[in-house]
Amino acid sequence: MKKKTSAWKYLLSALIILIHAIPLYILIGVAFKSKMDMSSRWILPGYIWWDNFKNALFRGDMLLALKNSFIITAGSVLLITLLGALAAFPLARHTSRLNNGVRGLIMGVMMVPPLSILVPLYSNLAHVGGLSTYWGIIGVLTAFQLPMSIFLFTNFIKSIPTGLDEAAAIDGCGPFRTFALIILPQLKPVIASVVILTGVNCWNDYQFSLYLLQSPKFKTITLAISSFFSLQSSDINAAGAAALMGITPVVVFFLFLQKYFIKGMVDSAIK
Amino acid sequence: MMKKRNKNIINLFYVPALILFSVFVIYPFIEGIRISFTNWNGYSQNYTYVGVKNYIQLFQDKNVRTALINTLIYGVGSTFLQNVIGLLYAVFLDSKFRGRMLVRTIIYLPVMIAPLVMGYIMYFLVQYDNGAINDILAVFGRQPVDWMNNGSRAVIIMTLINSLQFVGISMVIYMAGLQGIPGVYYEAAAIDGVSGFQAFRSITLPLLTPAITSAVVINLIGGLKLFDIIMALTMGGPGYSSHSLSTLITNQYFRAQNAGYSAAMGIGTFLLIMFISNVTMRYFDKKEVYS
Repeated sequence: MKKKTSAWKYLLSALIILIHAIPLYILIGVAFKSKMDMSSRWILPGYIWWDNFKNALFRGDMLLALKNSFIITAGSVLLITLLGALAAFPLARHTSRLNNGVRGLIMGVMMVPPLSILVPLYSNLAHVGGLSTYWGIIGVLTAFQLPMSIFLFTNFIKSIPTGLDEAAAIDGCGPFRTFALIILPQLKPVIASVVILTGVNCWNDYQFSLYLLQSPKFKTITLAISSFFSLQSSDINAAGAAALMGITPVVVFFLFLQKYFIKGMVDSAIK
Repeated sequence: MMKKRNKNIINLFYVPALILFSVFVIYPFIEGIRISFTNWNGYSQNYTYVGVKNYIQLFQDKNVRTALINTLIYGVGSTFLQNVIGLLYAVFLDSKFRGRMLVRTIIYLPVMIAPLVMGYIMYFLVQYDNGAINDILAVFGRQPVDWMNNGSRAVIIMTLINSLQFVGISMVIYMAGLQGIPGVYYEAAAIDGVSGFQAFRSITLPLLTPAITSAVVINLIGGLKLFDIIMALTMGGPGYSSHSLSTLITNQYFRAQNAGYSAAMGIGTFLLIMFISNVTMRYFDKKEVYS
């Protein structure tokens, strides 16, 4: 009897895996095939057509895009983590009317759909020369990811007993030293969550990069992939190779740090 | 005395964050309200204030109506699918068997992939020539279908794609929620002769309300903001038939050079998403039970 129930579970598991693996399976097939290979998308080739990857790297500017995406993601994540942890400290420790107001404001920022303020954002940045710059896109990405970071840090700091802060204060530590010596070292697990959740969002961004990074010099991964699909539609296999290269870093990252990704996701969703 | 001073100094810690919000969100938002009352074209120095004309036009514009309906389908449709399937997956994976973590990994993996790229990958499936889905039809001797050539069909397909990609989020939220329900409740119910679906309905669902609230709100906000998949697959076409409000905003600004109108559409979208997510949260707040 017992054996029968688990057989049913394995069958269902196999079916679910099959359905959810289709997109990646198809992508790998397309990326590996030669342009001349007209076989069905369901059939994996018995070879890897390296020209696809070469074309993506050299004609599609994937190296430049990887570099830009890396700089933008690293810069944003650094600011998101640092400013988020700093802002969360007073919000978690002191409940005053002012701080409740600030918390409400931050939650409000979380609700603003990014594209609803595209017109003023674009024209303001154009006005101060912030289009096609690292600081412009990093500022925008940071501002839109920061509320989630503050939310995660605030909840976490609230769970740290205040006894240590008080002891440090009695010993003459000011708030800066209390934060740096007492709070910061305890934040490691939540820092991991913030870094990977917001890092993936910055890496995958398209809506801001598309409009705020118009110079080809600042092309990011998503922009490189999209120009590959629209310009070189005759070479769909190279476009597939570009897409595969663009998602590989985050997929590998996820496979190794899965636990943190899922914990971070759940923590950011539930109070 | 000392303590009070420290308390005020500590508030300085959130000043950098507030400055960033002011520069990149709050000031543009106020600026957006101002622009929405003008006929600015997006680049010229000259424009005039036209009062609420843009807002009146929003209610008369056929394309806005289509985009609004599509946005609701993207939002509500994805939310429904992701929560029903996500909950089923979570219940299934909550039972212990070897390899269940592999299933979780595969379901969650697409959440990592840029939605734009997911759109392009799906293009390989829905393409007319050589598309993977048409290949299957051919096996059954059916004619190929130009899947994205019909607005309402494209909207449904893109809703399905978005749901399939992000169903992992609600799944992990429900898995965490299920683990938080004490087993004694089910034991007590079993003594009273209650089990199976009845136990699910009267114990599991009510106690999952906080998880349901979070998953519904996250999926709703994500679906209502849908942008990348549409840009990858249809660019809002054919015609204006598969636009969401987000894609229509960019279309009006960059293509139609109608910045004032686009700004008004942005403010309208903000109010709509604000309204829908607040109503949803209120609704679930009332239903919440405490164990």
